[in-house]
Amino acid sequence: MTDALIVHQLFKQYGQLTAVDNISFSVKRGSCFGLLGPNGAGKTTTLEMIEGIVSPDSGDIDYPLLNKGQSLQQHIGIQFQETALQDHIKVKETLNLFANLYNDTSNISELISLCSLQDFLDQDTKKLSGGQRQRLLLALALLHNPELVFLDEPTTGLDPQSRRNFWTLVKRIKEQGKTLILTTHYMDEAQQLCDEIVVIDRGKIIEQGKPEDLLNQHFSGTIIRIKNHNGIKGLLPSNTTFLEDQGLLEFSTSAVEDDIKSIVNAGISLEGLSIHRPNLEDLFIKLTGHQLRS
Amino acid sequence: MFKFARFIAVLNARNREFWRDRAAMSWNLIFPLLLILGLSLVFSDENPAQYKVAIVGATEIPEPLEKIKYIDYVLYDEQSNALQKLQYHQIDFLINWSASSYALNNNSPKGYLAAKIFESSLHGFTPIEVSGRAIRYVDWVIPGVLGMNTMFSCLFGVGYVIVRYRKSGVLKRLNATPLTAFEFVLAQVASRFFIVVSISVLVFLLTWWAIDFLVLGSLGLLLLILLLGTLSLISLGLMVASKSSSEELTGGLLNVASWPMIILSGVWFSLEGAPQWLQYIAQIFPLTHMVSAARDVMIDGATFRDIAYHIIALAVMSGLFLIISALAFSWGKQR
Repeated sequence: MTDALIVHQLFKQYGQLTAVDNISFSVKRGSCFGLLGPNGAGKTTTLEMIEGIVSPDSGDIDYPLLNKGQSLQQHIGIQFQETALQDHIKVKETLNLFANLYNDTSNISELISLCSLQDFLDQDTKKLSGGQRQRLLLALALLHNPELVFLDEPTTGLDPQSRRNFWTLVKRIKEQGKTLILTTHYMDEAQQLCDEIVVIDRGKIIEQGKPEDLLNQHFSGTIIRIKNHNGIKGLLPSNTTFLEDQGLLEFSTSAVEDDIKSIVNAGISLEGLSIHRPNLEDLFIKLTGHQLRS
Repeated sequence: MFKFARFIAVLNARNREFWRDRAAMSWNLIFPLLLILGLSLVFSDENPAQYKVAIVGATEIPEPLEKIKYIDYVLYDEQSNALQKLQYHQIDFLINWSASSYALNNNSPKGYLAAKIFESSLHGFTPIEVSGRAIRYVDWVIPGVLGMNTMFSCLFGVGYVIVRYRKSGVLKRLNATPLTAFEFVLAQVASRFFIVVSISVLVFLLTWWAIDFLVLGSLGLLLLILLLGTLSLISLGLMVASKSSSEELTGGLLNVASWPMIILSGVWFSLEGAPQWLQYIAQIFPLTHMVSAARDVMIDGATFRDIAYHIIALAVMSGLFLIISALAFSWGKQR
């Protein structure tokens, strides 16, 4: 598969703060690529450098699919994390405004149905709900039929149902063959949507790969979480690694039943017990030692 | 490359936003009307402060007059200059010492009182006929007030909007499209330009009808002054707002730009008699040229030739401010 984006040794400093510290990765055409990390990790700065809004202090960004004579703005579509639209302008008018800026109004009706905007076309953009607004912003990012689409924390602040609706929409766009680059601090979102991820913390990439591969690599089976008790560690195989957090003990195991039996037989209470398949949230905690949304 | 379609798209969007924002819209209309109504009430009465008396035909203030207290004397070489000032209510009373004559403006209550004060000192002096339509202070001050209203509407109307766009991310979003800074800036100027010119014309006509102020010169020339004055002031507002994303800072800068103009551009009082350097400084303000030109046309019936200097000054300032704005324009927040 060809690459749609190649980033090499990207570096950006704001005064004393190193926002992005020598980041390199590449994105396959037609895939969904996730930039994960807590607030302030450097995701947005990385994205803004790729989008051409902020210039990097050093490093290279290559867009292999950019045609000769095509501007970067025509090549990419952006859904910004923090952006406002003009007040007192209706949804339909906003679509027309942006379509005119790209000199291409052919996509509007298709995007209205793709992004389900038909029910509020005559509404002032200021009065949209969070989910409606994000769908409109996504439609704006797609108006000029870009090859690369950037989604910067698209579901932050949305209710669970709106988030799920938005995911469905993103999957539909992926089916159209677009290359998506998504930043998020919701691990479930990345797991749902992304083919490949990089985890960024304090401006550096700390892990990258396919979500499933990373989980298999870091966890052997299932995660058990239980109220911490002195006796537990001694009952389990000696190569088990434990994580202690707020009175809870956490470990991954491939023998759930055996481990639980040992604990019950030792007369230890199962209070606070939870058993789940490891997810990216667990991976992040394991990698950084802190919660993602701290 | 400049694309007309993009310019029109942004222009339409901004126009819609303005006309649909009822609160801002009504404020833009009501405020100038209230201002003018208030002024006509205030100035139909009297001017506070002391009497200003012109002396013609004397190198210094004649001794018998010097003794009278609370009088501000101004020496004039030419009686015609002094007579004009008398007509404009810039002075209250005129004494031609060598010709033993005096003049007062029959529309000025202060002139009447000044004449009473000088009655005994000017024994045997003859009155000078003052001809032409009487000019009230309101006739003199109206061009200034209308100009000032235009100035506020231009500076704050365009300045705040752009800073708000920048702060809220509207600009960032637009910057991700092929729209150029020049197209965006021009659309903002054009939108505000039509709004300010329409409102100013409306306010002018309504005030004219309500107060019946003096308009001796051509209305076409007045319109030209309005168009150029508006353009230069909008460009100035744009220049002030070209970088910042702080409403407070820009508000402060806009105040810094507008207050010296209110004081030094001859809105409320003439700068004649002020130190020469201050008069030179006043020339750097677009409002000075706009108000002087409009006043010359309205109360002196000046022609294009008479005010060509002001017209050129306004055109040069507009061009200069616009170029600086487009070059210095920043889409994003400063880090």
